[in-house]
Amino acid sequence: MSTWKPLSGTQAVAEAMRQINPDVVAAYPITPQTPIVEFFAQYVANGVVDTETIPVESEHSAMSATVGAAAAGARAMCATASQGLALMWEVVAAVPGLRLPIVMPIVNRALSAPINIHCDHSDSMGATTIGWIQIFSENGQEAYENMLLAIRLAEHPDILLPVMVMQDGFITGHSVENVEIFDDAKVRAFVGTRKPDRYLLDVEHPYTIGPLALPDYYFEIKRQQEEAMRHVKKVYMETGKELSKITGKEYPYFESYKLDDADAAIVILSSAAGTAKDTVDKMRADGKKVGLLKPKLFRPFPYKEMRKALKDVPVVGVLDRSMAFGAYAPVYAEIKNALFELDKRPKLQSYVFGLGGKDIFKSDIEKVFNELLSGEVNSEEERYIGLRG
Amino acid sequence: MATLQEIMSKPIGLAPGHRMCSGCGISAIVRAILAASDKPIIIANSTGCLEVVTTIYPYSAWKVPWVHVTFENAAAVASGMEAAYKSLRKRGKIDKDVNILAVAGDGGTYDIGFQALSGALERGHNFMYVVYDNEGYMNTGNQRSAATPYGANTTTVPAGSKSFGKPQWRKNIVEIAAAHRIPYAAQATNHNLIDLYKKAKKGFEADGPAFLAVLQPCTTNWKFDPALTMAYSKLAVETNFWPLYEVENGKIHVNYKPKNRKPVEEFLKGQGRFKHLFKAENKHVIEKMQTMIDEEWERLLKFEESGIEL
Repeated sequence: MSTWKPLSGTQAVAEAMRQINPDVVAAYPITPQTPIVEFFAQYVANGVVDTETIPVESEHSAMSATVGAAAAGARAMCATASQGLALMWEVVAAVPGLRLPIVMPIVNRALSAPINIHCDHSDSMGATTIGWIQIFSENGQEAYENMLLAIRLAEHPDILLPVMVMQDGFITGHSVENVEIFDDAKVRAFVGTRKPDRYLLDVEHPYTIGPLALPDYYFEIKRQQEEAMRHVKKVYMETGKELSKITGKEYPYFESYKLDDADAAIVILSSAAGTAKDTVDKMRADGKKVGLLKPKLFRPFPYKEMRKALKDVPVVGVLDRSMAFGAYAPVYAEIKNALFELDKRPKLQSYVFGLGGKDIFKSDIEKVFNELLSGEVNSEEERYIGLRG
Repeated sequence: MATLQEIMSKPIGLAPGHRMCSGCGISAIVRAILAASDKPIIIANSTGCLEVVTTIYPYSAWKVPWVHVTFENAAAVASGMEAAYKSLRKRGKIDKDVNILAVAGDGGTYDIGFQALSGALERGHNFMYVVYDNEGYMNTGNQRSAATPYGANTTTVPAGSKSFGKPQWRKNIVEIAAAHRIPYAAQATNHNLIDLYKKAKKGFEADGPAFLAVLQPCTTNWKFDPALTMAYSKLAVETNFWPLYEVENGKIHVNYKPKNRKPVEEFLKGQGRFKHLFKAENKHVIEKMQTMIDEEWERLLKFEESGIEL
């Protein structure tokens, strides 16, 4: 039996963690991730879970302690956002090379400076090249389910890589919606327990983790990491099918919304995709054939499938909630990459919106669609939505 | 009490064949500490000499579970290991008692790892933290750390026509550790292995965090004859440059009091890093060093005598 609960996005993630009941959680509070830590701490305080928590003194130590726990054999989790992710970056970057299956929810927030606590994707987009699997969530429901999927994905023996599960700070993180929480027993059977083949606390079988590797082996180890990443798509699909049996939902690499016959489409991540889907509905009602693609699995990036999904759309606008200063915005760059192989490519336009939590409205998205439909696009140009004149 | 021979011939977790410099005393420190553990041990090692020389992939000198992550986080990694131990034990996934050891150099302890160390001591994890203190970034060729003594010549604060080397004294890391109200903190050397062994044993047996600072004269970058490592350790103690003492539940006990304290020059001479101090114009540096050492020693004795808890 599932139950519907009014939950914020952060609380939905804490619910997933309650059901997972990890061996160890080490985290440091940072806006807007803090409620995850608080809700989970209360579960511990009330004996709802029996996880060992480590209330560390910084995010650097949060990820370090998570790594220590995972290396020791625990199913260990952390959670962070923005400056926190930036502070722990050194250790975050070490985790994939250590092949530790750590799952970490990220509540996306702008990066300083200027300091800003509101949503954009600058934090996790800064960590796209270091070997974490990344999954973006549109709302609390998705964040909750992605957490369950992430655990299985990370710990799969063909993968053994860490996963970040993103949701938008405040917009998703602090907004309360009805979230369907699936049956504890079924979820627990799905997530199971971690069964590492090697771990420090297996003292009868000592092993060395994190050695120095010189030019003779470093490259080879990194190449193996890439091999593991290449297994992700397959395992993601298989695990998603298994999760579907509990949730009745599908877990595609991305969501295609009214894309098949679209004259124009936008690609947009996370919560703003919800607003954009409303806009699509309204414009469809007005007789305009527009559609949307919402990436979910962002690392590894499903280039081939994206290419197939977008190949027949005459014009595509990509809306990024972060910038890559001096380069194409991150999602735009990926879409452009994905489409390169086509003989006949859609026209493309890059848009940046919502930095530092600036709102995006349906009227903004409608304007984007009309601009795309007009054909007034320039694939070399970055346009900005809602920027002060 | 085991004899020195018994201690050092115990089969332990560090295999020979590692790549430490000729004359390096780190392995003696590690051997004595591993020998003092009567339970299986799991180790978190920060980046530094010990990590580099024991694990060049695909080889490992470690016959005990060992992890290295980054430079500044051995204490935080050990915190996670301890939490995992408690959790897996509680959940019946493992059934053995273990000792948890974090080991780091002085750079990873006094400097870049200071916050992680303080956090772990404050949270009260049941583990022992050992710093092998070679008084600077010796693995990378003698850069200054907060453990580098006054007057030493390093590549980042070199002696020159306008400089006598490091103008600050070192941090008192043992007292700082003890100020976290941990049950055990101590200072030891590798020439007195019985003392080190006893301290490691107390550290492992303490109910809560233990901290151990062990002097490790570095033949390569202090620049002395590799045959003299233990001699320099001994001179550091005989000059009161590095007193052997412990802080047990806040109470200071000085483990060794030299009958005739040797002048600090005895320790300084023959070390390349202090060579410039023997020029006439740097006489005042040695004099100041002697004053600081004597004052620190007097202060330590007063603490011991007073019985006041740190």
